[in-house]
Amino acid sequence: MKLPDLTELALRNLRESLLRNSLTTIGISVGVASLVAMLSLGIGLQQLTSRRLMKSGLFDTVVVTSRRDLRNFGREEERSGPAPAESRILDEPTRQEIERLPNVSEAYPDIRFITELRYEDKPHLTMVAALPTSAKSSDAFETVQGQFFSSDVAPEAILQKAFAEELLGKTPKPGIDETKVAELAAPLMGKELTMRYAQRETSKSASSAEAADKTTSGDHSVSSAAYSVVSREQKLKIVGVADLDPESMRGPTRARVFLPLGLAESLHVMQPTDLREISRAASDQPVYSSISVRVKNPSQVQKVEDAIKKMGFNTFSILDASRSIQQFFKVLDVFLGIFGSLALAVAFIGIVNTLVMAILERRREIGIMKAIGASDGDIRKLFFAEAGAMGLLGGIVGVALGWAIGQVINVGTNIYLKSQSFPAEHFWSVPWWLVAFALAFSFFVSLAAGLYPARRAARLDPVQALRYE
Amino acid sequence: MMSSPDRFSSKNAPVVGTAVVNSPAIRVQQLCRHYRMGETLIRAVDGVNLEVRAGEFIALLGSSGSGKSSVLNLIAGLDRPTSGSVIVHERDLAQLSREELAHYRLHTVGMVFQSFNLIASMTLAENVELPMRFAEVDRAKRDSLANEALARVGLEERKNHRPSELSGGEQQRAALARALINRPQLLLADEPTGNLDSHTGTEIMNMIRDFNQQLGMTIVMVTHERALAERYAQRLIFLADGKLVGDESNSAGATEKDYPRAETDRP
Repeated sequence: MKLPDLTELALRNLRESLLRNSLTTIGISVGVASLVAMLSLGIGLQQLTSRRLMKSGLFDTVVVTSRRDLRNFGREEERSGPAPAESRILDEPTRQEIERLPNVSEAYPDIRFITELRYEDKPHLTMVAALPTSAKSSDAFETVQGQFFSSDVAPEAILQKAFAEELLGKTPKPGIDETKVAELAAPLMGKELTMRYAQRETSKSASSAEAADKTTSGDHSVSSAAYSVVSREQKLKIVGVADLDPESMRGPTRARVFLPLGLAESLHVMQPTDLREISRAASDQPVYSSISVRVKNPSQVQKVEDAIKKMGFNTFSILDASRSIQQFFKVLDVFLGIFGSLALAVAFIGIVNTLVMAILERRREIGIMKAIGASDGDIRKLFFAEAGAMGLLGGIVGVALGWAIGQVINVGTNIYLKSQSFPAEHFWSVPWWLVAFALAFSFFVSLAAGLYPARRAARLDPVQALRYE
Repeated sequence: MMSSPDRFSSKNAPVVGTAVVNSPAIRVQQLCRHYRMGETLIRAVDGVNLEVRAGEFIALLGSSGSGKSSVLNLIAGLDRPTSGSVIVHERDLAQLSREELAHYRLHTVGMVFQSFNLIASMTLAENVELPMRFAEVDRAKRDSLANEALARVGLEERKNHRPSELSGGEQQRAALARALINRPQLLLADEPTGNLDSHTGTEIMNMIRDFNQQLGMTIVMVTHERALAERYAQRLIFLADGKLVGDESNSAGATEKDYPRAETDRP
């Protein structure tokens, strides 16, 4: 029998016992819907997570530290390579060298220091960090109130919410809803902060004698360096207040006041590393405690890390962490898939039941068909076509249902999130391949369910079938 | 099989080839069909020998349980013999695969039953068309062929009715149209008038005789009504307890000619 005839007869037969077949088809739909819903939740959550993580800059950032930084000393991976004392210094030429590596979009020094800030003549001690202009596009500063720095060297500051509260003398009371960032920003915007800091001033010639004394014990001659530390003041205009997660893994967000990177560099603030590197720093080039390297594509992080390690530095990236996150989602997907499939397994039994019932009911009809020349294959294909049609129909309805469930949950969750003043999120994702997969899956599961009934119908003895009333 | 527009009306239809005319259309040899029912063995057909010439109209007679329907089912290829053979047009049905047997039923045999056996969910036209679906006849051709077949049994007006909307006679006529649709050489009828009143029964029997005489179809009819058999059949075969107990040629059936016969019909 040809396919169009087969389809026509199958659909006709399905219409004949409309109620029973509709119920079975609904069963399949529910199964497919639960599968689609479960998997799209898994996929949606995974996408949400990786979207957030990507935006956070965690996955495309490599933090470079000098091996001379003994905080990392003794870590397994650092045992190879040059000994700390012989390794290179993380200074400006090195930064430029790193920036020239392939796949690196930028490399900027992590400048961070604790200092005093005066606001309305009251001193506050806090951590200040420098931000590159590229931070503007990162997720962390998306919710900033006010604006980002007008230029890389502008004497401007962005405050962390907690610091803004401190400046205004508002301490958050537990139990009460946190103050909105906008409320904090309004009175502070455009106000002036006075930052007092220790500037490192190179004074090579003035102190050459002392320097010579210091270095006489060295194995090889090192040009001497010396500097003086001068107290300075810098006026800063408050341009924004940010609500950053203080627990965030990203370095700069741990600070409470942010300055433009260019400005911070030009200030030559005394860094803790300056003391350590004084014996080596031959020039007035700044030496950095660490450099953040942004990689163009997260997939190239490993390559860039390797290249930097070859240069003789320690590196750190979150890449390994991301791998285990992806693994977690794979497991979650399988888990959700299995749960979703359970409903489909029930639907499978429903199809078998419906078709076995149909055989009993249409026994005589099968006998007639055989008597007038239908082959075993014809009967088998007819039952297969019925199973397949139910599967396909159930699949289509199921995908639509699953999608609708997803939308409802998505909207519902977002309404809840909004009421909790969180930004709306898209948890639910039904990619086209999932639709195709669900349809194919329900079709083939239904065919598999039709296997036994079709075989049974095909083997029916026509003489007995015709005798059956 | 080729179809021509006059396939149902031709008075000298070359339905059977010369080779077939010379050899018997159906040859039943030492045919046995035994069933096991619990502990007892039922010999439904027990060593039947029978030859039917091409174009012959025979009646299988016997009381219920005599094995006449079993013989018919074996000739129809619906059942397989326990032993012995049924050879139709030189082909031993026992040797055919299930697939080949289905093909044989589709193209060589047309069947009508006491209970009509139309498919209740289908209209007459669809019922008549169904064997053509199995035969994979072109969709375009099927409609006109089904209409033609229904016209031949006088049901073209009712082609869109379902069987339940028709009288028994009309249903049996539709069943005849269906049996004819793939142009078989053999028409097997199992008590075709059993559910009909005598008037309608006569109508159906006249049609069957027409098929025999005009189309040259070989006809095997099972009945328990001797009078009916004597009126239409050329030969009466009597069965009892699965055995052949009588074989009479019936001149009445042969001589009652309302129509000129096809020249290939009888030697």
